[in-house]
Formats: sequence, structure tokens, C-alpha cells
Amino acid sequence: MTTAIAASPELIVDAGRIVEPSVAAESPLAIRGLTVSYGRKPAVFSVDADMPATSMTAIIGPNGAGKSTLLKGALGIIPTVSGEVSVFGRPFAKTRRRVAYVPQRASVDWDFPARVIDVVIMGLYAEIGLLRFAGWGHRKKALACLERVGMADFADRQIGQLSGGQQQRVFLARALAQDADLYLLDEPFAGVDAATEKAIVDVLKTLKHDKKTVVCVHHDLSTVAAYFDRVLFLNVRKIAEGPTDTVFTEANLQATYGGRLAATHIEDLQLGVG
Amino acid sequence: MTGFDRLIDALTLQAGYNSALVAIGAALLGLAGGGAGAFVFLRKRALVSDAISHATLPGVALAFIVMAVLGGTGRWLPGLLAGSAITAAIGLLIVEWMARRTRLSEDAAIGAVLSVFFGLGVVLLTVIQTMTSGQQAGLGSFLLGSTAGMLISEAYVIAIAGAIAAGLVFLMRRPMTLVAFDPEFATTTGVDVRRTDIAILVLALIVTVIGLKIVGLILIVALLIIPPVAARFWTDRVASLILIAAGMGAVSGYVGAAISSAFAGVPTGPVIVLIAFVLFLVSLLASPLRGALAAALRQWRFRRLVHQRQGLLALARGEAIYDRLTLSTLRRAGYMRRDGVATLAGRSAAAKALKDEARWAEAMRGEADGPVVADYDGLTPIEDVLTPDQIADLDRRLARLEVAT
Repeated sequence: MTTAIAASPELIVDAGRIVEPSVAAESPLAIRGLTVSYGRKPAVFSVDADMPATSMTAIIGPNGAGKSTLLKGALGIIPTVSGEVSVFGRPFAKTRRRVAYVPQRASVDWDFPARVIDVVIMGLYAEIGLLRFAGWGHRKKALACLERVGMADFADRQIGQLSGGQQQRVFLARALAQDADLYLLDEPFAGVDAATEKAIVDVLKTLKHDKKTVVCVHHDLSTVAAYFDRVLFLNVRKIAEGPTDTVFTEANLQATYGGRLAATHIEDLQLGVG
Repeated sequence: MTGFDRLIDALTLQAGYNSALVAIGAALLGLAGGGAGAFVFLRKRALVSDAISHATLPGVALAFIVMAVLGGTGRWLPGLLAGSAITAAIGLLIVEWMARRTRLSEDAAIGAVLSVFFGLGVVLLTVIQTMTSGQQAGLGSFLLGSTAGMLISEAYVIAIAGAIAAGLVFLMRRPMTLVAFDPEFATTTGVDVRRTDIAILVLALIVTVIGLKIVGLILIVALLIIPPVAARFWTDRVASLILIAAGMGAVSGYVGAAISSAFAGVPTGPVIVLIAFVLFLVSLLASPLRGALAAALRQWRFRRLVHQRQGLLALARGEAIYDRLTLSTLRRAGYMRRDGVATLAGRSAAAKALKDEARWAEAMRGEADGPVVADYDGLTPIEDVLTPDQIADLDRRLARLEVAT
């Protein structure tokens, strides 16, 4: 499996398309031929993707395009039909500690008996181990992560009292606590207020600055160019992938969204030169 | 000796060796049930544990038949418990398999397994009744539990299994918490959700099996569910939820067993469950954190606060007030005379309310996202939330605004 992915860093011609040359053997996330299916209709079909180090990639596509499914399949949260995934050149099972995943906040029951700090400490469980108790050092670390998302004052709140944007920031703080090298976020901007969106983007840009790799399932086309330096167009199959400058084009948007994209919107999207 | 005296004796372990043994055994059982049940409750698997408990019956009956055929008495408790554990595990695996591998939903799988296994058990019990062995009497007590004739060895079985359950809860508390709160995240950190789920249900299985003798298989699920549900009213943390649930379970078991032994003929299981229910009821009503009375009181106070602030603002702006609750609130606070005219205190409070509103509007403009502002209800006196410096700063900003306009 690694041999297939550890290809030379030169230009690779793949089925007539030119794949980015920056994909090295140690690519933070390399996906080959991933197919995920609910029932007999593939939700994601034979998708290849490569996330170069220190990049910020938006996975975009219409509803039901399999954006979240692609992430979940790659991380083994849901079973896959076929395909291979390597994280930093090795199987994900061996590199878990380098990966942080932020699920959609609606995927959990926020009435769970936990305080904000308890949720962030969940990101430290791998570090704490099974038998030890979480100590003062862990609490301090979790508080520092809450500070980075502007939620330190809420540490002892019950999580059920948080607004949607605050919940999202707590989830991000938990991912920060994992101190990973690859961050995968499922719709981090869904249903959050402008202040939260800005707080999250700032944190993500800091991560990139710190040489981390970020991948977001994203739905707001108007912010793609401002937030991300790479895009992956997905509609069950991969439509295109590459730097925002060159790939975020009207042609690719049309190919991905088809008639569902109003032409009037396209003008506002800071499209690449394509 | 009255029933009350007998109850006091039983509660103080003075009612004889067997009663004391049962009370202690039931307390240990409740302890294990509450602690293990915390995760069953958090993972929302109460119904699965009900299927498990009903699936013990054919195991008990089969074990009896096998032991009787082999020439034993058929009533050797460890053998019966082993049999019940085996069929309960089979039932659990069938539910698991049906929910994962077929298009049936889990509740349908639970319903099927629960009724089929229980039905099989009842049939086997009638078969046993036709057998020549004269010792079959008493298997029926596994349905509702009994405190009659408990042996010290049986108490040991409960104590050891309870200790194993407690150890499992301690060891698995982090993966179980993760899986209960956020299974997707748990998967990515390497926690096997399926195995953790099975471990939670194995906990339920252990409690069910050791609870067969005292509480009986029909009601044992209550000992897994009621204590954690009641404990949830008192705490917002998993660790304390486990401890409180275990404590409530222990109290239910102890008191229930004592009552049952004090009044002959009262089945143990139902009494223990009723005691647990009383604890639940008290929690539901009286807990200051999530209880119904506390919530109603908070709601009532909040309404008064809203009406008072609305009334004061209306006074300050010289608007007429029609709402009866608003009027009575103002009168009772001494802000308004009976004829509807504002008192001196009322006028100054009204002016203060108007000023606080302006201060808050200004504070919101400043940092609408800050934790203090985001939390403010607009009703608490502003001095309780902001420092004097902050208020002075707001007033300066307001004064500047007034000059500008």
C-alpha cells in the first residue's frame, strides 16, 4: 500500500490529469480509490485525494455529495467498500496520535453530564491513559486550549448551557488538546455566528502557520477563497482538487453543483484564474 | 413484635443471620447495579439490558435440567447463574447481530429476543414442573426475587461479581465516557466502539446474573436504570454520576431487602425497585440542580424579575401599565402606591433601570461576544456583573454619545 502512495514527487500523470507535484511520501493524508456506500448506492465513489503538508483544504460540494462521508470513511468511523488511506505515509491505525477530528456538533447529545473542561480533557485521554487520573497539568493544558478559542471563562459550565457557536469552539479546543499534525473538521462553520466563525478561522490559520495540515468539510462558497488555499470538489466522485487560485473556477463549480448553483452567485466568489 | 419493630431490626442487621446476609448482599448488588447502570443509561441502552435480563430465564431452566439429569440437586446457584449468563450472552449477541447485519432496527431486535427467550424460559419451567425431581420449587423465585434461604456462599458470589463489575467500570470509565458522549470522535482516537458497547452490556449482564436471586430477572433492569436517572438530577459530571448512582442503588437494595425480610411474603425485587423509585421521585422534585421544584421556583422568580423590570421601564417612560402581574409586582416591591402612582423609591428605581438599559446597550456594542455580555440576562443589577471601573467607562462612553447627538 505504501509503495503505491510513496510515488516520486515529480509530476505524475494520472488518468490524463496532472496531479499536484507537492505530494510527498509523507503526505499528511493520502486517499486512494476510497468508496463508501450506504446500501447499494455509493455515497463516495473511488476518490483519490492528497493533502500536502501545511495546507488548508476545503472539501466542497452540494448536499449529499459525500463530503462528511469521505472524512468518516478515511478515518474508519464508517466501514468502507474499497480504498486505501495513509496518514503521514502509514496506516491511520498507527498514526492516530497525529490526527485530530472535529465531528459535526449536532452529532452528539449536549445534555451529556460534562463541563466544558471535561470535554476538552477528552482530547487528552490518549495521553493520560486508562488508569491515571487527570491531574493539574492536564487541566492547565485544557484551559490553554480553551483560551485559544476564547472560551476559557466557560471552563466550568455545563455543556448543555452553551450556544451553538460555543459548542463548536469547545470541539475545536478538544482537537487542539490532541496536539495533532493533521486536523480534520466536519462543517466547523455550520450554524455559527460571525464572531465564532472568525475565532475558528483565526485558530485554523494559526495551525497552518505552525506547519499543521487542515482539512474542512465546507459549505459556504463565498468564503472558500478567503479561508482556504486548496479546494477539493466532490460530488460522489472527485471533480477536481488543487490550489484555490487555479482550481476554484466556474467550470469546476458548474461541474460539481450543476444547475443547483445560481449564476448570480458565481460572480461574488473570488474565483481562481483557471 | 410489630412490623415496624421487625423493620428496625432488619435495618440494623438485628433480625437474624439470614436477613443481615440478604441486606448486605442486596446493598452490594445495588452498588454494582447503579455503577454499571450509569453507562447503560448514558449510552441509552436500557432496553438492551432488559432483553439481556429476560434472556437469562431459559439458561436458569436449562442449567437446572442438566444438573438434575446429571444427578445433582439442580439448585446449585453457581450452576444456575452460569446457565443464565450463557443464554443472556447469546441473546445479547443475537440483538447485536440483528441490529448490525439486518435492516431491522435495534428496538425490533430487542422485542424479538426478549419475548422469544422469555417464552422459551417459561416453557422450560413447566417442563421442569413435570419432572420427577422434587426440588424444582423455587425456580419461580428467579422471576421476582426472594430473600428466603440465602447462603453465605451465594453472598460471596454476589460480592465477587460486584467487585469485578466495579473494577471494570473503573478501568473502562474513559473509553465508556467517550463512546457514550461522542462515538465518532472515540473511533478516531482508537477506541473500539463496538467492543466498548459490548463491555457496557457485559456489565449489565454481570449485574443481571448476580441480581437474579434477590431482585429477579423481570425487575433487575430497574436497578440498572433508576439509580443513574435519579443521580442525573444531582450532578453534571460522569464521575459523580457513577458514585451517586452506586450509592442510591446500595441504599435501595439495603432498605428494600430489610423491608422484604420484615414482612413475610413481600417479594424482594419489587420492594427494592419501589425504594429506588422513591429516591428517583425525591431527586426529580427536590434536586436544586435539575429538580422540578427548583426549576419552578427559578421560573417564578424570573417572571417576577421580568415584570418588575418592564414595569420600572414603563414608569420611567411615563407609559401606562395594564398587566396585573406587573402592577402587583411593583406594588409589592414598594415602587407603586395602590392608586397607581409611583413612590419615591419607584421613581429612583425606574430611573436606574432606564440607565442600566442604556449601559447594557452600550456594553453590547463594545463586545457582544464577551462571556459577561453573552451571559447577561438584562435583569440582574448591573453592579453584580460589571466592575465599578467598567460601569464608569460605560457611563463616559454614553456621555460622549449624548454630546455627539
